Amino acid sequence: MARAVTNRRKTINTIAAWTIGLLIFFPILWIIVLSFKSEGDAIKTPLQVLGSAWTLESYFVVQERSDYFKHFFNSVTIAVGSTLLGILIAVPAAWSMAFVPSKRTRDILMWMLSTKMLPAVGVLYPIYLLFIRLGLLDTTFGLVIVLMLINLPIIVWMLYTYFREIPGEILEAARMDGANLRAELLYVLTPMAVPGIASTILLNVILAWNEAFWTLNLTAAKAAPLTAFIASYSSPEGLFYAKLSAASVMAIAPILIMGWFSQKQLVRGLTFGAVK
Amino acid sequence: MHIRNALRAATAVTLLIGAAASAETITIATVNNGDMIRMQGYTDDFTAKTGHEVEWVTLEENVLRQRVTTDITTKGGAFDIMTIGMYETPIWGANGWLVPLNDLSAEYDAADILPAMAGGLSHDGTLYAAPFYGESSMIMYRTDLMEKAGLEMPDAPTWTFIREAAAAMTDRDNDINGICLRGKAGWGEGGALITAMSNSFGARWFDMDWNAQFDTQPWKDTLEFFVGMMNESGPAGYATNGFNENLSLFQQGKCGMWIDATVAASFVTNPEDSTVADKVGFALAPDNGLGKRANWLWAWALAIPAGTQKAEAAKAFIEWATSKEYIELVAANEGWANVPPGARISLYENPNYQAVPFAKMTLQSILSADPNNSTVEPSPYVGVQFAAIPEFAGIATDVSQEFSAVYAGQQTVDEALAKAQALTNDAMEAAGYR
Repeated sequence: MARAVTNRRKTINTIAAWTIGLLIFFPILWIIVLSFKSEGDAIKTPLQVLGSAWTLESYFVVQERSDYFKHFFNSVTIAVGSTLLGILIAVPAAWSMAFVPSKRTRDILMWMLSTKMLPAVGVLYPIYLLFIRLGLLDTTFGLVIVLMLINLPIIVWMLYTYFREIPGEILEAARMDGANLRAELLYVLTPMAVPGIASTILLNVILAWNEAFWTLNLTAAKAAPLTAFIASYSSPEGLFYAKLSAASVMAIAPILIMGWFSQKQLVRGLTFGAVK
Repeated sequence: MHIRNALRAATAVTLLIGAAASAETITIATVNNGDMIRMQGYTDDFTAKTGHEVEWVTLEENVLRQRVTTDITTKGGAFDIMTIGMYETPIWGANGWLVPLNDLSAEYDAADILPAMAGGLSHDGTLYAAPFYGESSMIMYRTDLMEKAGLEMPDAPTWTFIREAAAAMTDRDNDINGICLRGKAGWGEGGALITAMSNSFGARWFDMDWNAQFDTQPWKDTLEFFVGMMNESGPAGYATNGFNENLSLFQQGKCGMWIDATVAASFVTNPEDSTVADKVGFALAPDNGLGKRANWLWAWALAIPAGTQKAEAAKAFIEWATSKEYIELVAANEGWANVPPGARISLYENPNYQAVPFAKMTLQSILSADPNNSTVEPSPYVGVQFAAIPEFAGIATDVSQEFSAVYAGQQTVDEALAKAQALTNDAMEAAGYR
């Protein structure tokens, strides 16, 4: 009887999980479908859309009109660069807060998190003026710095959470064996926290890849990433849904594929502690 | 002989070096619409003629507006040419943020620009942006449905006729709505339509002392008429319909009439995208017998920000893109129906263009809109579907949200007008107008 209940519950859970998963994925699925339709067919009712002819026309037009690879490489540079730079800064910061906390550590962590509550547009003008003064406007380097700073609170918080679960005695033992601070961080702490660091990197690459406020406002022609590539196909006066969908698919495909292959790592890092 | 050849070679090298040195790369920020994208495809022609290269930054209209506003107010210099509209041009020109365009070459023939466009893109008589294409609004209607309803569309109908015709054409069983109009919140979406419509009902945004006028009878009449007509004959959920949603409905044969931008005429008559391409007629936007029609006036124009270091190359591009030769280039390759409309007088004198079905009505619509005298009662602002003051975009977006809430059935006309009156007066007081 107990087994029957368990099996029934499992079936219900599975159906519920698939339903929720499909609901979440449906907008992306629909974008993929529209990207293979003509502009005329893309505006029809859903059933008519599915029944109409499939075509690669929009992909050809997008490829012809825009330099996809320039935008792609800018996205890679900005997402990977800002994440790695953030990790470099966040590892020592999280270490000190996890293993050498002061009475203000909690306040500092909360203050870091509170910066995420500030609407980005509130600091657009100061940052824009700084970028003009420093010659960083429309450069990938400038965006690497800004996105690193924006995501730094999340990186520090995630690493702090993982580091806290590593027993301090292990680090103490390393110190007693003569390890200096650099060796302690590089050869003891980091290897133990690899799952946490990896999931932090993955999550921040995704966040930086999808960031659309700063990447649109601080770039023009040279450093524009894939968010600008998508924005160039959106229009309130003209039906370009198929092309917009094709551009969106091209923009999200790399991160979707990366997420697909690393989902086990990502989920494990987000749901389990460092040493479990 | 050797000396002469050496001199020739030296001269040639000097000229080449000179040309290379003067060739520049300019960055242009523009919107994503059919005419602008077409222009990007002809950039090679400009480069071949001048040696200047072009880098394009194409953005969605609202993103572009925010992006170029940030850049021009901080003198960022990210762009050498900006695509802006009739709303921004006089304000930015007055602030000294744009390079004047009064010294365009004689071959360019600036006198050929339609006066309504030149007027809307100038401040104190100085042209600050050259119109790439201009538009007004007009009625696009289904000739077959009109005939089926036993009606004939006049060239210049009244609102009363439009409401009756819409009711007659509505066929809910076959998913046909008599009329499709914008209800979507936003000063450039539903806000533009209702403001232009209110002009024909005798309403205005402000009196001569900048007091809001939403507590007047003409505004109540406008909103009640709009809501009544749309509830009778409009599509379900019209409160969230903008240009694209109505275009989609019309192209699928689900609208009897659509009053919107004249540029839509080329979309709805294009058989590749429209199922009703051969059944579309055109008429002037309606009036109410008060001397003002419900059509707006707009232009997408090219302007040079004052912070650019490449003003000469930018000016050369503007002269090329808004020239008569560019229009002929597009016509030769893609037909006269696809040339950028509404900017030059000579285009409408061209017999080839006169043969395009919507050309005549587009010109009449543009000519009948006067941004300097858009309301029945005197008003202190310039603009037909907007008031050319910096505060307008924010205020009108808030007001249009109140109106959209009425369309969605969330509040009454009186409640929306009372809120619009209060929020407009508050904002104008804070800005120092009152």
